[in-house]
Amino acid sequence: MDLDASDADAAFRAEARAWLAAHVPAAPLPSLETREGFAAHRDWERRLAADRWSVVSWPAEHGGRDASLFQWLIFEEEYYAAGAPGRVSQNGINLLAPTLFEHGTPEQRARVLGPMATGEVVWAQAWSEPEAGSDLASLRSTAVRTDGGWRLRGQKTWSSRAAFADRAFGLFRSEPGTPRPHQGLTYLMFPLDAPGVTVRPIGRLDGKPAFAELFLDDVFVPDADVIGEPGQGWRVAMSTAGNERGLTLRSPGRFTAAAERLTALWRETADPTDTALRDRVADAVIGARAYQLFTYANASRLAGGGSLGAESSLNKVFWSELDIALHETALDLLGPHGALADDADEAPAHGSWAEGYTFSLAGPVYAGTNEIQRNIIAERLLGLPKEARG
Amino acid sequence: MRFLLTDEQREFARTLDSLLGAAGTPAAVRAWAAGEHKPGRDLWARLAETGVFALAVPEEHDGMGPLPVELAVTFVELGRHAVPGPLVETVAAAALLHRLGDADAAADWLPRIAAGEALVGLCAEDAPFALDADAADTVLVVRDDTVCRTETHGPVQPALDPARRLSRPLGGTVLARGPAVTAAARHATDLARLLTAAQALGLGRALLDGTVDHVKQRTQFGRPIGSFQAVKHRLADTLIGLEFAQPLVHAAALALAAEDPSAGAEAAAAKAAAGEACYAAARTALQLHGAVGYTDEPDLSLWIRKARPLRDAWGTPAACRARVLAG
Repeated sequence: MDLDASDADAAFRAEARAWLAAHVPAAPLPSLETREGFAAHRDWERRLAADRWSVVSWPAEHGGRDASLFQWLIFEEEYYAAGAPGRVSQNGINLLAPTLFEHGTPEQRARVLGPMATGEVVWAQAWSEPEAGSDLASLRSTAVRTDGGWRLRGQKTWSSRAAFADRAFGLFRSEPGTPRPHQGLTYLMFPLDAPGVTVRPIGRLDGKPAFAELFLDDVFVPDADVIGEPGQGWRVAMSTAGNERGLTLRSPGRFTAAAERLTALWRETADPTDTALRDRVADAVIGARAYQLFTYANASRLAGGGSLGAESSLNKVFWSELDIALHETALDLLGPHGALADDADEAPAHGSWAEGYTFSLAGPVYAGTNEIQRNIIAERLLGLPKEARG
Repeated sequence: MRFLLTDEQREFARTLDSLLGAAGTPAAVRAWAAGEHKPGRDLWARLAETGVFALAVPEEHDGMGPLPVELAVTFVELGRHAVPGPLVETVAAAALLHRLGDADAAADWLPRIAAGEALVGLCAEDAPFALDADAADTVLVVRDDTVCRTETHGPVQPALDPARRLSRPLGGTVLARGPAVTAAARHATDLARLLTAAQALGLGRALLDGTVDHVKQRTQFGRPIGSFQAVKHRLADTLIGLEFAQPLVHAAALALAAEDPSAGAEAAAAKAAAGEACYAAARTALQLHGAVGYTDEPDLSLWIRKARPLRDAWGTPAACRARVLAG
């Protein structure tokens, strides 16, 4: 057992650190949940991609560096430690791309991945529906066969980034009346500016249009934009859903960097006799370290040919609660200033705690609620009996 | 990087687990609590045969260590089976003796520790009471930059966990003095924190496993109580606490093995997280066993009573958290 970086990994870290030091914008970009910020972040993705840093773990032919999982973790640590901007492309890179690598055709990979890596095409996820959240299999939007493709009808909601994104991906019911709800679904990609698509931005708790609902009225999608076999969408989606909860959605680098900022804030602002607050700062630091180490152990397991299943539910509950604890503690350290938005005149100088706080509140809700994750942990990892239903 | 136990380390843990599972540890714990040390000392002797104590002692004194990672693996199993005695103290005392620069004391005690023949108590800033001094062959006491040795102690005082017998050490002869003592004592404290954390992790795992078995069998309202969501979620949270404490324990062991400057903070982080996770597991076990969890007749009580003292031994959670922020 060791935590030692190989020579190659150490060199990779040094190269990433040097590049980021030279390129990370000196002033923070405006929030990516605004039109202006979205455009600025797209530019940043383009700069990252130009030197092959936007998708380090992808194959070189698609703009990556063939980096290992460990190197991806190293890059993320350096990325967040350098204070680099949030990634507007993350839904595509973290959720759609792994699905395409596993289930897409060579033509789809060649067509979709390059523009995704450069930020030229930004993707939104379109999983949820008004009646289908954590019970995703109950979705109702339909895909009906037509000449050379499919016609989409229905409504998607809570689509992250959809207010300003270019394209979306999601599941549609293509075989009505199947005996079980997760049968007869098809995984499709579609443009958000296609005829028949209406995008209605939805304000987040802080009022920023961070997501949107999508109304689909006879939207044509060609066969080329079906991922995997029609009717097999559930299997296609679930094979990569672990990515969302598990290793790649919330990299430890994000939390270790936030814990560093929190510690700095505590040193500068805190009353040294307030041991209750000190303990919460320490717990956040310990939690971020635990999450980093837990991820190293999982990455070691994967590198050794193992796989992650229900274990990703442990991750999801842990990082979502850690994120809230980090931000709540920061707001408490800031005292009255904690009530200010990040763009206020007197906003705290150390990072976007207000927006980070608002975003953290969503963590236990999305990617499968924490209630669902705790059921998965109890039933699949502890072997407890299923709850009586109906 | 390969941040996973090796096959050999896992196999060693399995060996210890089955040895201790077959050894009737609950009876030894009850006897120990009554001041009868023979079954516990027999257990120590069997552990010594597997090499457990040799892991703490360098080769020149008949050991094969010090090996903090293997010691951490060992202490998870000792905690899982609630093995009684000054286990952490004896191993930390070995580290202290090895670093004191007193060749006679090292030659006198380390081979006997490696052989499982010497039980050694250790008192320091974070451990003002001697644990099991009535059973120990000697007690080392660190005060400021001085280490004393004593075989005398005050009365054994009633304690939350009767199997952790606490007394005040009395008198003593000076073994060593000076800055080397301070450095050695700091290292011994870090090691004691790591091993207490590992013990807590094992204790917590045993509490969780026993409770999961219980809620699958116990029925109320015509169903196993383990099918109720409130029960499931509490157990899921217990598992999360333990699962995320484990890599902290492993990382602290690696840092101590490498004598990395981060070892003190890493050991404190492991201790704070594992201590709290274990205590939460004990609270969950008590609650989900219902009134049975509140009685001392089932062996469950031996584990439940140990959780709180382990959480607070070798640095309270607050002391450990302060150490983490000190870097």
